[in-house]
Amino acid sequence: MIKVEHVQKNFGKLHALKDVSLTIERGDIVSLIGPSGSGKSTLLRCIHGLETIDKGSIQIDGVEMDPSNTSLYRQQRNRMGFVFQHFNLFPNMTVLENCKLAPIQVLKMSDSDAEKVALEYLEKVGLLDKKNAYPNNLSGGQKQRVAIARALCMNPEVMLFDEPTSALDPEMIKEVLEVMKDLGNQGMTMIVVTHEMGFARKVGTRVVFLDQGEIVEENTSEEFFSNPQSDRAKDFLSKVFYD
Amino acid sequence: MFIAIDKVFTLENILYLAKGACLSIAIAALSLLIGLILGTLGASGRRSKHKIPKALSNIYVTVIRGTPLLLQILIIFSVIPSFYTAFTGNVLRIEPILIGIIAMSINSGAYQTELIRSGINGVDKGQWEACETLGLSNWQTMKLVILPQAFKRIIPPLISEFITLIKDSSLISCIGAVELLKSSQVLGAQYFDVMSPYTLAAIFYLIMTFVVSFIGTKVEKRLAISD
Repeated sequence: MIKVEHVQKNFGKLHALKDVSLTIERGDIVSLIGPSGSGKSTLLRCIHGLETIDKGSIQIDGVEMDPSNTSLYRQQRNRMGFVFQHFNLFPNMTVLENCKLAPIQVLKMSDSDAEKVALEYLEKVGLLDKKNAYPNNLSGGQKQRVAIARALCMNPEVMLFDEPTSALDPEMIKEVLEVMKDLGNQGMTMIVVTHEMGFARKVGTRVVFLDQGEIVEENTSEEFFSNPQSDRAKDFLSKVFYD
Repeated sequence: MFIAIDKVFTLENILYLAKGACLSIAIAALSLLIGLILGTLGASGRRSKHKIPKALSNIYVTVIRGTPLLLQILIIFSVIPSFYTAFTGNVLRIEPILIGIIAMSINSGAYQTELIRSGINGVDKGQWEACETLGLSNWQTMKLVILPQAFKRIIPPLISEFITLIKDSSLISCIGAVELLKSSQVLGAQYFDVMSPYTLAAIFYLIMTFVVSFIGTKVEKRLAISD
């Protein structure tokens, strides 16, 4: 469904992505893992268009994403939901208003329809009772669950997660991963940049291991963790797992 | 010093000063409001990618902040009527109060340009990105997400801008507008005692600025609920 072909991205002299190609099928739960600075977040941001790519192409269902084709590009981007490491909830709105904003403004839903959708997803993430709270009165885990609900309200076909649990206290991580797991079980296509190896292994269907702006290894989750091929992946896994 | 305080301190004179005070605060409030519009325009100009609006707002801010308000008032006081005369041949008489509001709005607009700009820049970049991923347009993002947060941040400096305007409105007494300071001068001339009316004027200014900053603190606390 998403095809990344020979994508390059430079930040000044830094080659963040060097010739990255990747295909994501409907229903995949792809974990992007790798050491920090490997380009995994950059790749995710390029897929959504938060960063412009310098070379190569990104296609959705065979149609290239081209920023100069404004209206098509907008439609393509709206098929993807994005969840940030730092939540980026709107602090001036309640939880419910956060969720309703884009459906009303972008999808032109009526207030009552948007509310129905918002309440449905808030229930899904288990935060119906917090609908009138302001984000800053929530815990980190609750904020991230609201952020997931907010993205889901736009009815995306793919969800992109950029280190969704990295800014959380350890005891909050599980509640967010549970929500993501449920989402995966319901068939949502997901691309997840993560350091949660347990999640990548158990919930993820595929792993893409990046290092220094290149895809070093790509495999099914089970195969990658039980039998890594490349030395760099072996080295990385030996460092992240504490035995 | 207070040689005629008993004569000055009558209900009639107090009401006369109160009328001047009302005028002062009305001028300040109106200037603050028009300044807010000018400031928002100026800030969008300064943030613009295009060269011309950017240059215009830079010049606006530099010139207005770099020259005294009193001079600006005097220039506008003489410039507008002389332009009118040059183009139409007729003589134009404008209310000095109107001149004052125009001059103070322009002046306040320059300061508020910088205020609003820093308020917008102070909003986390992640807010823009979140809106982008939700499909909101730049304008929707600005109007619904960024500006409400920016304005909340600038309420304290906006309150002090209002207080400055209340006090600076006294400057337009020099072009003949009978606001609070001018009212007290009128009384001073009438009773050959300037100290008593000046002191009363000072008390009026203090009450106004105190009330404004008190309301400001209340508003700030109310808005802080979502923090």
